[in-house]
Amino acid sequence: MADLLFYLFAGITLISALVMVLMPNAVNGAMCMIVSFLGTAALFVLLEAYFLAILQVLVYAGAVMVLFLFIIMLLDVGEDSPAVKPAKLSIFAALTGFVILSGLVISLFTDPASLPATPAFEVAENPTGLSANNGIPFTTSAKSFGYSLFTKYMLPFQMTGFLLLAAMVGVIVVSKRITETEPEAETTD
Amino acid sequence: MTIGLNAFLIIAGLLFAIGMLGVTLRRNTLVMFMSLEMMLTAVNLALVAFSRYNGTMDGNLFVFFIITVAAAEVAVGLAIIVALFKRRQSVMVEHLNVLSR
Repeated sequence: MADLLFYLFAGITLISALVMVLMPNAVNGAMCMIVSFLGTAALFVLLEAYFLAILQVLVYAGAVMVLFLFIIMLLDVGEDSPAVKPAKLSIFAALTGFVILSGLVISLFTDPASLPATPAFEVAENPTGLSANNGIPFTTSAKSFGYSLFTKYMLPFQMTGFLLLAAMVGVIVVSKRITETEPEAETTD
Repeated sequence: MTIGLNAFLIIAGLLFAIGMLGVTLRRNTLVMFMSLEMMLTAVNLALVAFSRYNGTMDGNLFVFFIITVAAAEVAVGLAIIVALFKRRQSVMVEHLNVLSR
């Protein structure tokens, strides 16, 4: 049953991603992108990362794609302009790169000698501290996320908070309307 | 489930290749940016698969951080695209070739 679900969601993810890339209309492409992100979230569920699946749906399929659709609507760039045709050579180069990369991936991971088939570990219910090799054991509970974020990954957690602040300031600076004259300086006298 | 690590890695690799095809093939800056997000998601899928089959939580936490960084990156990138559109009235890469002239 789980195997069937894997093939189903993998197919949905890959096909909608390919449709998004080849769709001339950017709005339809964004819709296909949402389907692709939902398929990826379903693959996360199959890997028993339930918290990340929810996060994927909320952040990617929710916030990020709404932002994309809003900007597409704001700039009114739904259709590609037909006047500009891409060069034949660049299309050929892109397709060649795609074929080479996907061929490499398939030939690498279908070869049984490349990576040994490892069985999936048994999933523990509750985190019980660090394991022998200084790694947090894999659990399905969101509790282990909080435990790891405030013990092993404390510094990256704080740096991420600072990064969000920096991104917010950067967005305000970039999208601020630049005025020619400084009205504040003139009225101080 | 009899699906192994390699099957998930194939899906992640193909998703990455499709994202790269989008970045190199499309001329619309917004679609190229969406394809970049797809490549990030492909890396996330590979990290979660490695984390599950290794039995440790670290890969999942890396994905947590990557999702945060991707959200910040999307906000800044879209602000840059909007500022570019205000200046040039276009988001097609053919009209943004000042450096190659």
